[in-house]
Amino acid sequence: MNALRNYIKSLFLLELFKGMSVTGRYLFRRKFTVQYPEEKAPVSPRFRGLHAQRRYPNGEERCIACKLCEATCPALAITIEAAPREDGQRRTTRYDIDLFKCIYCGFCEESCPVDAIVETRIYEYHFENREDAVMTKDKLLAVGDKYEAQIAADRAAQAPYR
Amino acid sequence: MPEIRNYTLNFGPQHPAAHGVLRLVLEMDGEVIQRADPHIGLLHRATEKLAESKPYNQSIGYMDRLDYVSMMCNEHAYVMAIEKLLGIEPPIRARYIRTMFDEITRILNHMMWLGTHALDVGAMTVFLYCFREREDLMDCYEAVSGARMHATYYRPGGVYRDLPDKMPEYEVKDSKWHSADEIARRNENRKGSLLDFIEDFTRRFPGYIDEYETLLTDNRIWKQRTVGIGAVSPERAMQLGFTGPMLRGSGVAWDLRKKQPYAAYDEVDFDIPVGVNGDSYDRYLVRVEELRQSNRIIKQCVDWLRANPGPVMIDDHKIAPPRRATMKNDMEALIHHFKLFTEGYCPPPGEVYAAVEAPKGEFGCYLISDGANKPFRLKLRAPGFPHLAAMDEMVKGHMLADVVAVIGTMDIVFGEIDR
Repeated sequence: MNALRNYIKSLFLLELFKGMSVTGRYLFRRKFTVQYPEEKAPVSPRFRGLHAQRRYPNGEERCIACKLCEATCPALAITIEAAPREDGQRRTTRYDIDLFKCIYCGFCEESCPVDAIVETRIYEYHFENREDAVMTKDKLLAVGDKYEAQIAADRAAQAPYR
Repeated sequence: MPEIRNYTLNFGPQHPAAHGVLRLVLEMDGEVIQRADPHIGLLHRATEKLAESKPYNQSIGYMDRLDYVSMMCNEHAYVMAIEKLLGIEPPIRARYIRTMFDEITRILNHMMWLGTHALDVGAMTVFLYCFREREDLMDCYEAVSGARMHATYYRPGGVYRDLPDKMPEYEVKDSKWHSADEIARRNENRKGSLLDFIEDFTRRFPGYIDEYETLLTDNRIWKQRTVGIGAVSPERAMQLGFTGPMLRGSGVAWDLRKKQPYAAYDEVDFDIPVGVNGDSYDRYLVRVEELRQSNRIIKQCVDWLRANPGPVMIDDHKIAPPRRATMKNDMEALIHHFKLFTEGYCPPPGEVYAAVEAPKGEFGCYLISDGANKPFRLKLRAPGFPHLAAMDEMVKGHMLADVVAVIGTMDIVFGEIDR
């Protein structure tokens, strides 16, 4: 009896048709594709994307050149040089992040005592030559200025957890 | 008559079925394999050596990149080794979060394995369905850690942050592809917290597993390609140092989650599936059953985590940094913060071995400390390495096409083999 059942199953390709009914049903079901440039997948406020440097509301840059991020960076992607500014405050004269070295672990942001260096939720960026992959201080501040509203909102949302 | 000689065939390292950068030198007699010689090292990044040059915490991110489809399990082994060395114990909530994310990682890994294995053997559709589920789980990864894959989430003494109360949603209101209604429908299961989202996933997931099984388990092509391929006897599997589903597929009920429970595994209820014949098909069945068991564990963890809020990090600022608000207002906390991010901590001298049941098998981490803030030596036991070493034995006498099925069934990832 069992042999007969198996024979019938195998002769009529039952398991193949069962499989095809699964795929067939998907043909008529609602599609779950996210059509990328127009639609985007959800991004968490914790997302660790492109770096940015922030400023205080009065326009003063936050970074005080404590070099904690440089010390804690596992990939040694951050290079900082510091000197007193004309008004006597200690500031960075050079703040470079090599995005090729960076592993986006978020330790720089974790370590920063003044919330100056942050990883934003920007993930769409590109370079046209290798030199552009080094984010200089100006570039980082420009990113920070452009997306400050978003950055501040994300930090505020995360404040209770950190 | 010309003399007939064996062919030597170079399989990989760029072959798409070689799962990364595996180079196999195959000696063939016609289409039958006489000898398989795996060449490794093309993805060697010296992680073990690299870890010797940085404070303990800074290597966590590199553990993600070993077995890059089961990220948090690797972190778990490393973090557990450090905790053993320091003699600390993470809070119970952190242990449950780790258990839950280990199982999410297991599903992620097995989805990747199932999809690519089926694709190698010739079933395209499963691959697409598996990646759909992976997408949901990677959203969980992102919601909790900020990265879809390389999480850097586990820390010695707990986890970095508690689970978020809000799941990110699709932001576009309507596009030329989907109406506002459709996007609202997509957001339905994202209205609540991360735990709600995961719970919704655990409700949907068994149905998805049934679909994969409908497509594969009885399928005659799948069975012809996997039944009896790469069979390993239980004794031989143990001699070869197999772990994980490779060992359980041969019928040995060995699972570190049961044998030496870590995190919260002794408090959750689950079974370990074992195979009978030790061939590729049995290993497939074992892994599919593991998906169901993982789903069960996740469900229990979600229930527990919902009922039991609490700290997720130990309250010892010699090891874990203080909270940011405290750090900004309190001098002592600020000093701890600076000390931790520059020097780190110095565990007492000693040697420890910590192992977790990673999706692929036993992922172990052997750590020697000489009392400095950096490990003196770090040795990683990657489950894939002994599996790959058995390649010759498993494919000998099989056809060339079966090599692909055996590579698939081993669940090889080169990040951990080459390290």
